Amino acid sequence: MSNAPRTLYEKIWANHVVERRDYGTCLIYIDRHLVHEVTSPQAFSGLRAAGRRLRRPDLTLAVPDHNLPTTARVDASGQPLPISDPASAGQLSALRANVAEFDVPYIDALDARQGIVHVVGPEQGFTLPGTTLVCGDSHTSAHGALGALAFGIGTSEVEHVMATQTLLLAQSKTMEVRVDGTLGFGVSPKDVVLAIIGKIGAAGGTGYVIEFTGEVIRSMSLEGRLTVSNMSIEGGARSGLIAPDDTTFAYLKGRPMAPKGAAWDKALAYWRSLPSDPGARYDATVQLQASDIAPSLTWGTSPEDVVPITGAVPDPESFADPSKRVAAQKSLDYMGLTPGMRMQDVGIEHVFIGSCTNSRIEDLRAAAAVVKGHHVADRIRQALIVPGSGLVKRQAEAEGLDRIFTEAGFEWREPGCSMCLAMNPDKVPAGERCASTSNRNFVGRQGPGARTHLVSPAMAAAAAVTGRLTDVRDLMAADA
Amino acid sequence: MEPVRQVEGRAYPWGAKNIDTDIIIPAHWLKTTTREGLGRGAFETVRAQPGNVFDDPRYAGAPVLVAGDNFGCGSSREHAAWALADLGIKAVIAPSFSDIFSGNAFKNGIVPVVLPQDAVDRLVEVAKTDPITVDLETMTVTTPYQDRFTFTLDPFRRQCLLEGLDEIGLTLAQDTAISKYESGVAQARPWTSVGAGDEGVVVEGTGRT
Ligand code: SF4
Repeated sequence: MSNAPRTLYEKIWANHVVERRDYGTCLIYIDRHLVHEVTSPQAFSGLRAAGRRLRRPDLTLAVPDHNLPTTARVDASGQPLPISDPASAGQLSALRANVAEFDVPYIDALDARQGIVHVVGPEQGFTLPGTTLVCGDSHTSAHGALGALAFGIGTSEVEHVMATQTLLLAQSKTMEVRVDGTLGFGVSPKDVVLAIIGKIGAAGGTGYVIEFTGEVIRSMSLEGRLTVSNMSIEGGARSGLIAPDDTTFAYLKGRPMAPKGAAWDKALAYWRSLPSDPGARYDATVQLQASDIAPSLTWGTSPEDVVPITGAVPDPESFADPSKRVAAQKSLDYMGLTPGMRMQDVGIEHVFIGSCTNSRIEDLRAAAAVVKGHHVADRIRQALIVPGSGLVKRQAEAEGLDRIFTEAGFEWREPGCSMCLAMNPDKVPAGERCASTSNRNFVGRQGPGARTHLVSPAMAAAAAVTGRLTDVRDLMAADA
Repeated sequence: MEPVRQVEGRAYPWGAKNIDTDIIIPAHWLKTTTREGLGRGAFETVRAQPGNVFDDPRYAGAPVLVAGDNFGCGSSREHAAWALADLGIKAVIAPSFSDIFSGNAFKNGIVPVVLPQDAVDRLVEVAKTDPITVDLETMTVTTPYQDRFTFTLDPFRRQCLLEGLDEIGLTLAQDTAISKYESGVAQARPWTSVGAGDEGVVVEGTGRT
């Protein structure tokens, strides 16, 4: 073995190769597997049909999130309330039956720890630095924020991991995305990742594993890092790593599933050896300056359609690439926007603060700080706050954030994916517009015909207060 | 899985870019617990528009789809591959694919063929009137007009397609190597087992607030 400097990704990869195959494909060991109700039933049936068991149920954790309604789950006497959509109810009971049959650790919908898989994993200390972590969900990239090589997989791969605790993979190329400098007033991690995707494009990271580096990332909280890594997939990269450091270790210490005592010390020594060596080479490098990043949002139907809030709807003719011109025109038709319109003049009817991108306690605090002393604007039809987990919800209630929200006219809900993908009853009606803290603005993502603008929690809160897309810095300055 | 050597027939001349998995199969179709029958929901929003390629009788049942850059981006839902398979699609040709989608495609016997944009443009033209052939033995895409485009596939994946291999079965044959790896990790990184140093993971209901 040579002593050539290695990246964080190369170190984790090397430590997980079970076997090298011909042509560079490797059998990679998987340390952690998160399971939810939507992408697992066919995998469990596959196991059952082949008479196979789960190889390591102890490295697996299941929790329902996508389908669950976010309205009350128990009645006044504590009895569970039924789920009205039979298909959703069927998927949820299939998960319950499958985890019982295959002996998988499971957090039930009625457990206080239930939440979105990508919120629950880090929160429980299930996600650890230097591990490989998978889930049948593309935003698994989020866990890269703790220095885990984490990526979304399809259901056949879910079944493969269940049966073998491994995956057949080819090594990816590496891309360093470095954000230097210090973020300006009112600029959040969501704005950073939107700016990154705006720069590299929705397919820019395809075939790469990203490592986010630079002063901005280093000084970011773990919650903020989760927001950034979460959206790696929107830039085409299956994983987005951040080197573990004292921020990571402080976050993990004492979490229920994190190592304890002597095991913790040993783990810590190993984790400290993981960051990329000085001089390690990446296949591509992208640099951004913090001072160039403003509170940002999307105008179109691809997460790469990013503008600063001070900007305007672009003219499709301004794109050099002819196919982008066509796509932009289609986006604008769908979004009901005209070129040259100032983003801040666009009125909205819905606000959604939630999703695995922005539903952690820090996100709720940021939104509450903007909302405090204001009321949701008259034209807003629905303003939802959906905490990422029951524990986030409890913490927010202990801090009185729920009162700030409900007094301002927001609805305070139970945890789940909710309006992020409109699989449960939370949907934006056709032709209506939503300022959303989620991660995808695809056509129909928040409901058929729904129009989505991706924003940070503070920006969503500001939009709720004014009834239009708003530069949160103006509100913050006025309140100060 | 059925072996795939050649896919030949009409092709949907679509060419659209950034087709995400929400377009291939909208989320409300994901509440199923089986793999079958998703063809009915495939491209639902596209098919709601008059004159779309998927309802054009010329292409009915076509086994090939010609698409644009970044096909299958977005979510990891394998339902997208199941929906295409249910429609009868066995090969998708595009300038690029999302990584997760192409993995899912392979596992369902759908060949994701990457060709440069100009070749894809040409195939969109040809597909309007004539069939297209994707051949895995020769690794070429050909048309009745002497067009001949070569492509590459990950050799392991190609072999799995050609021989119709079950990846899980193949991996389970390596059980000894996996067990050996596991005992190595138990020594070197013992904290990797969940809740190391703890009395274990207790996962049960503790009541909702
Ligand atoms: S919140 Fe949205 S993006 Fe995150 S796991 Fe749920 S559906 Fe996927």
